[in-house]
Amino acid sequence: MRIAAALFSPVAIASPMQDVLQPAGPQAGHIHALWLLMLIVCSIVLVAVTVAMLLAVRRASRGDESTPGDAALLTRDEHRIHRVVGTAVGVSIAGLLLVFGATVITDRALAQLPLNDGVHIRLVGHQWWWEATYDDPQPANVFSTANELHVPVGRPVVLTLEADDVIHSFWVPNLHGKKDLIPGRTATFAFRADVPGTYRGQCAEYCGYQHANMALLVIAEPSDRYEQWVTRSRSSAPQPADDTTKRGQQVFMQSTCAMCHAITGTNANAKRAPDLTRVASRETLAAGAIRNDPTALTAWIADPQAIKPGTHMPANALPSSDMEALIAYLETLK
Amino acid sequence: MNGPTIAGTLPPGAHSGPGSDRAAAFDVGRYGAWADKPGILGWLSAVDHKRVGRRFIATGFAFFVLGGILAGLMRLQLARPESTLIGPDLYNQLFTVHGTTMMFVFAVPIMQAMGVYFVPLMLGARNIAFPRMNAYAYWVYLFGGAMLYVALVLNIGPDAGWFSYTPLAGPEYGVGKRSDFWAQLITFTEVSGLLVSIEIITTVFKLRAPGMTLNRMPLFVWAMLVTSFMIIFAMPAVMMASTSLILDRLVGTHFYNPAEGGDALLWQHLFWFFGHPEVYFIFLPGLGFVSMIVGAFAKRPVYGYVAIVLSLIATGFLSFGLWVHHMFATNVPELGKSFFTAASMVIAIPTATQIFCWIATLWTGRLVLRTPLYFILGFFFILVLGGLTGIMLSAVPLDLQIHDTFFVVAHLHYVLIGGAVFPLFGAFYYWFPKVTGRMLDETLGQWNFWLFFIGFNVAFFPMHILGLQGMPRRVYTYAAESGWGTLNLISSIGAAIIVVSVLLFIVNVARSVRSGTPAGANPWGASTLEWATESPPPPGNFHPPLAVGGREPLWEQEGIVGRVDGLKNDPPEVLVTTLLDALPHHRFAFPTPTLWPLIAAIATTVMFVSSIFTPWAVIWGTIPIAIALIAWFWPSREETEKHKRMERAP
Repeated sequence: MRIAAALFSPVAIASPMQDVLQPAGPQAGHIHALWLLMLIVCSIVLVAVTVAMLLAVRRASRGDESTPGDAALLTRDEHRIHRVVGTAVGVSIAGLLLVFGATVITDRALAQLPLNDGVHIRLVGHQWWWEATYDDPQPANVFSTANELHVPVGRPVVLTLEADDVIHSFWVPNLHGKKDLIPGRTATFAFRADVPGTYRGQCAEYCGYQHANMALLVIAEPSDRYEQWVTRSRSSAPQPADDTTKRGQQVFMQSTCAMCHAITGTNANAKRAPDLTRVASRETLAAGAIRNDPTALTAWIADPQAIKPGTHMPANALPSSDMEALIAYLETLK
Repeated sequence: MNGPTIAGTLPPGAHSGPGSDRAAAFDVGRYGAWADKPGILGWLSAVDHKRVGRRFIATGFAFFVLGGILAGLMRLQLARPESTLIGPDLYNQLFTVHGTTMMFVFAVPIMQAMGVYFVPLMLGARNIAFPRMNAYAYWVYLFGGAMLYVALVLNIGPDAGWFSYTPLAGPEYGVGKRSDFWAQLITFTEVSGLLVSIEIITTVFKLRAPGMTLNRMPLFVWAMLVTSFMIIFAMPAVMMASTSLILDRLVGTHFYNPAEGGDALLWQHLFWFFGHPEVYFIFLPGLGFVSMIVGAFAKRPVYGYVAIVLSLIATGFLSFGLWVHHMFATNVPELGKSFFTAASMVIAIPTATQIFCWIATLWTGRLVLRTPLYFILGFFFILVLGGLTGIMLSAVPLDLQIHDTFFVVAHLHYVLIGGAVFPLFGAFYYWFPKVTGRMLDETLGQWNFWLFFIGFNVAFFPMHILGLQGMPRRVYTYAAESGWGTLNLISSIGAAIIVVSVLLFIVNVARSVRSGTPAGANPWGASTLEWATESPPPPGNFHPPLAVGGREPLWEQEGIVGRVDGLKNDPPEVLVTTLLDALPHHRFAFPTPTLWPLIAAIATTVMFVSSIFTPWAVIWGTIPIAIALIAWFWPSREETEKHKRMERAP
């Protein structure tokens, strides 16, 4: 009973992170309206059929195994039942037309999101992380980040979705439904966040070992804060200032890190793994697998397989002084 | 004595009503060549549809239990957040093998197996058409299913999900031999499924008792007929899909490789063109069970026979027009998606029609409230709920939110367990006395039902909410902060209740098979022909075969109009009848037991399994198969003589 009540009042069981029932933008809002209509129509049908069945059982006379079967009914025309069953089928068809109509209307509403002044992001799915490239007519303004999208509240976001290896699916339930990222194909997907907040999403198409740990955050913030973030993201990574962080950068460049990761403004330009230019500013590591703090980062670099078995990042047996320097350096990348 | 004749009228009392056991009327010698040979070789060479059907059902149920154990392990892992009980590698194998087992190795085969056992009996036939092929289909199925579990135990079980999307299952990302085992399992089940479909269609069209016109066939037979046609039309799509997948993996073709001009989405079209009808060939036989049980336990003919038959046929056709609703999140054209939304909603109408007909039947019947009927009442609630969430999923915008989440997991279990497994358990309770001659225990049956019904809803209802809260399917773990922990724990408790319920069923079967109340020919006082013969039915089923005069033969005065005389038991002769009106057409001698189907199945298995490791196995592997098939069809002098003697008349 409580569960049923909760279905009707989503707030009662609201999850703080990701929830279809708490739309934060027009797309999720349209779908939520359709959901409510469906829920009402379907609940009525379920109750009606269940009640009809229970009434039938209650009302019908009882027999036992030796009761003879009423074969005479084979030749009798059961007028009254014809009418009732015929009406029920008719009502079902009408109900289906209603929900089909609502579906088409919702479909059209979804397609009519105004796209002018949109933020264009190319999102590429990798096993098991998200690569986001913010587009700009000025090539110098293009920048990359990973596993975390900042978007301005009230402006449409147009995603160009691609996959690097297998099929993934982009899904941030508070903002919109899902869209697959398919190798060899490009999809576009548009949404708008109207309420500031942090919305969690995670890959919705099974993509191998670490499908469970392929999350991303969409941080919707007011325009001015978003613009600040964009400006900061466009600049190169801060240069190390003290000896420890200088040593840390050296470790980064000389160990395996630089073979896969990029930090703008340095010689590390590899594209096999998340861009680390602003890694310290992100809330999570390893596509949402763990929170981002120096301890977690150390553990992650030392033995990624312990945290995310199957991840493509190798273990790094660094001397502890090097590790400390590396962490100190990475923590400056904000 | 020369030709078959239809003679005399049996007194109706001779074969209806509980307790009329006519076993005494027969002596073993009269079964002649219908009986399988004694001993272990006889066991291995059996071709009687009831023996093969029983094995088929028992094997299917064993795979249901195995698949259930895998599900239990998954629920154990998901019971609490961030559990480290099972790692991703094992978990991915668990859900892949669970899904593959339930869809390919349990549900479709066990429904066909019920058809293998009961369709001939309901039609008054003496065996299933192509009985040797039937034995072969069983062995191939058994070996295929066993291969899947050998692979799982060796930690090389498939791990790309039961629909095995490329490129995850392709050569580049599906490492090792895991997806090859999956693809070959599909080949095994295809061969078995197609063969059984051919047998069932032939049996229905040509072996009906004289007088059983098409419009007198029991509704379960109609359901199996439609299902068999669907299998014949749907299976080639998955055959194409799995063959090209294994070619990609084994010989380096690029059907699904976009980098070389292939297409990752091609797989989804081919797979779901089969996969969606597959749901309905699990579900339609379930509807057939419901029709049979509702009629028998409401003590009246099911209301709306014609409507139900047309609904089954409509469902069969429509089910081929829905496949894209599994692909709404891909970038297929938007306008096309609306068409599939409409088609997916339309298919609710035939199902709704049948549900209304059954409720009308119950409403106007005299109900015998026993375990089989309880399972059907449970079916109503669960299936309707699952069907309604299906309508939600058919709406493109809503599907975008709930597709590939636990909402879908809930939906598909409501539809498949509600639509197929509940009726199947009802069918087990209903027909167990026919198969074993003893009744299942009613008290245990009630416990079995209520625990299953409650456990099922506790396990699966919360998953709807989990899906809406954003939990995707196929995740081996989730964060504590997600807030999904409580509902997952509730769901796992529900799964534990289901386990208890299924254990009770197994206990019930184990006890009743030895010490259950003897059933007699027709313990429920039901109307169809399988209840006209002994329990369990003798080899050859009907001695003599009956001629039918109505749709509910054991209830109507003129239901059994006579018996067929002049058919020999050695060679085992059957009367072949015409397609529409079941008029006697000619005599035909049936094949007798032989070991060759088993040997051919072993040869087939060797080829299929070896071809996982080398494509050349397809070349050399055909030689033993060819030898086995030639030996299988080689006419013996003795048999030819018998057939010649038969040709003298009329």
